[in-house]
Amino acid sequence: MSFTVNFPLFMIVLSLMSAAVSSVLPGKVARVITLCLNAVVCTASSILTVYLYAEGPVFYKMGHFPSPWGNELKLTYLGSLFAAIFATVMFLCVLGGKKHINLDIEAKKQNFYYIMIDLIQAALLVFCFTNDIFTGYVFIEICTIASCGILMISQIGRTTLAAVRYMIFSLVGSGLFLLGVVVLYNITGHLLMPQLRETVEALWQSGEYRMPLISSLCLIVSGLAIKSGLFPFQFWMPDTYGYATPASSGILSGLVSKGYIFFLIKIILDVYGSDMFYSSGMNNVLFALGVIGIVTGSGFAIAENNIFRMIAQSSAAQIGYIYMGIGISPTLGIVAALFHIITHAITKPSLFLSASALSDSANGYKKFRNLQGVAKDNKPAGIFFTIGAFSMIGIPFTMGFVSKYLFATAGLGEGSGFKAYTTIIVLAVSTILNTLYFARTVIRIYSKPTGENRIKLTVRNQKPYVTASVMFAIINIGTSLAASPIFYLIERGVSRL
Amino acid sequence: MKKSIKDWFSEWDEDKINLTELTANQGNENLIKEEKKEHNISELVELKQKELSRAGKIYPVLAALLCVVIIYFMLMTVSGLPKFGQADNPTNNEVVERYVEKGMEETGAVNVVAGVILDYRAFDTLGESHVLFTAVIAVFTLLLADKEEKETIEEGQIMKQDNILRNTAIFIVPLTVLFGIYVILNGHLGPGGGFSGGAIIGAAFIIYAMAFGFSGIEKFLTLKTFRIIVLCALLFYSGAKCYSFFCGANELHSIFGPGTPGMILSSGLILPLNIAVGIVVACTMYGFYSIFKRGRI
Repeated sequence: MSFTVNFPLFMIVLSLMSAAVSSVLPGKVARVITLCLNAVVCTASSILTVYLYAEGPVFYKMGHFPSPWGNELKLTYLGSLFAAIFATVMFLCVLGGKKHINLDIEAKKQNFYYIMIDLIQAALLVFCFTNDIFTGYVFIEICTIASCGILMISQIGRTTLAAVRYMIFSLVGSGLFLLGVVVLYNITGHLLMPQLRETVEALWQSGEYRMPLISSLCLIVSGLAIKSGLFPFQFWMPDTYGYATPASSGILSGLVSKGYIFFLIKIILDVYGSDMFYSSGMNNVLFALGVIGIVTGSGFAIAENNIFRMIAQSSAAQIGYIYMGIGISPTLGIVAALFHIITHAITKPSLFLSASALSDSANGYKKFRNLQGVAKDNKPAGIFFTIGAFSMIGIPFTMGFVSKYLFATAGLGEGSGFKAYTTIIVLAVSTILNTLYFARTVIRIYSKPTGENRIKLTVRNQKPYVTASVMFAIINIGTSLAASPIFYLIERGVSRL
Repeated sequence: MKKSIKDWFSEWDEDKINLTELTANQGNENLIKEEKKEHNISELVELKQKELSRAGKIYPVLAALLCVVIIYFMLMTVSGLPKFGQADNPTNNEVVERYVEKGMEETGAVNVVAGVILDYRAFDTLGESHVLFTAVIAVFTLLLADKEEKETIEEGQIMKQDNILRNTAIFIVPLTVLFGIYVILNGHLGPGGGFSGGAIIGAAFIIYAMAFGFSGIEKFLTLKTFRIIVLCALLFYSGAKCYSFFCGANELHSIFGPGTPGMILSSGLILPLNIAVGIVVACTMYGFYSIFKRGRI
């Protein structure tokens, strides 16, 4: 066994330790630690991805006791690929949102912010690597509390309200998930995924404990769906993402909800197995809710007049796409869903950061009518916002195009007749709706200024933001050009998950 | 540049709801803080009222209906579960068998529960103790007040008059602390462990603070010491477990063997880990009380 396989353990422990250490350090040092941590996680995960791609999955004992008795990690290259992506996005969010973190958060509370980012990093790593459903639950708790923390830390009325709402939704989600795990444990006697898989398969075939088995599936899926914001549970989104400090919005929408979905996909494939999941009818429920979520999310986004809330509503639609993909089929559908997770994780934070840069230029206003023509005063932000908007609409040469193409392929190739039609129609309709609200915004920020006093911002006075956005844009366009290798990577990973 | 930042953020968004920008304005900070607070409260009330009127009366009905449906399905599920305490239940499988039969031999802990949570499934417990840490940090973020504020409510003015409480506390507090320490140190030998023992010690601190005010506790537990103690406990916990996971996964021999079951210095890392968990839990309990009561530690 090569030394490389120890990386996940070290990364998780390192995240937890840096969180603990940051509690006695000033905010600035804590930020450096967080950025270093993200960079280290990204590098180590990339090395691990290459190693695991060649060697195949590795089961890593956490302690001296083998699988059904002790905890275990399952290292797959798909998991470490996502860990690397998540860490990159987190790095760029913290870097790009630096200015607003400094402005929005009291100086002596800033280290708390970075502690919570480190803890979210640990939780995301665990979602990517764990092979134990209860370990997953423990880190879901950490993730829940920490996300409420990074949301409410700016402490203005609206974010406190948003945090309370987010906390209620999120805790309902955790509670349902825990109930599901308890029921599952009662009928199987296991908590580790391989053993769960065997027992669940036997139970499903014999028909024993049918009702508890199905309700455990419902509880776990609905728990994670609530936490990631599937329709009709998306109502916490606009306030949550709309009023938090931009880095938090980016991390919450781009990473935390995606971490839950990645974990859900893992549970579907590793615990219940695609056969059971796709014959239980649960996939149809997710498909239907996803489709409704896409349309309603886009509809609400059109109705918004605040740029942040609009981007937040559009997140609900994107979550809808991912669940629609999960609902279509266990192979191409899930591949498309995973690809869209990457698309959204790369695009949404860059949109939030750009929107905040634009609103900085417009004296801090966030309404569309105040943002008219603002791109002329903040050229870089205008460009990066446009790239992000194009990616969300699905213009060629951006990642959004590739994921929409993949959804269409999955729908036509593997959906039954009705699903195929629905997928195509929904994709068409939602692309038009996306175009409506994103193109409207882009046109607005480039149209003739209203003549208010604006703050001119160039590359020079917002270096961290521009660096982060350039990276986001490069990853976005680069990935869309190299879409087929990445598609192949994910497809191969899913078939062996 | 700096001046201009002040300028852009001094204006409020016209819906007067998003006041983020105010933090930037350093000039008359206190005044703005006052304003901010007022606005927030009225803003929240207004928002709440708007929402309530919008929701009308249909929400409670729908919520009740949803609850009934969920209760029905949960009851159906529970009735379908294996009967409690039967010998052939799925939960009585090879996993539990090994925990019960070999637990003492393999972990060195007479208390099998301690063996399971701190050795077999130690990674979960590592996460769990960080859940506590996360909770403390989140509460700090929310409630940690400026130093000057809230000094007035100090020192439990009502409690101070209470002779019964004070005289009882003199007897109870030392005994409770001792008992907590016993529960922690005895965690691997009998019922107990870091979580329960820490809670007991935390409770003793709380009683002490209630009876004699916070100044007594501040002699040995300030925010700074609090942070350092929690930091050391967590670092030790993570470090020790990292070592033991690393050894386990790579089939290396760990220097912490199980020892002789029943001895106080046995069962490898379980005793020190219990102490670390106990410290974190005790500090968390007292920290919550103190910060809810007066906004600082």
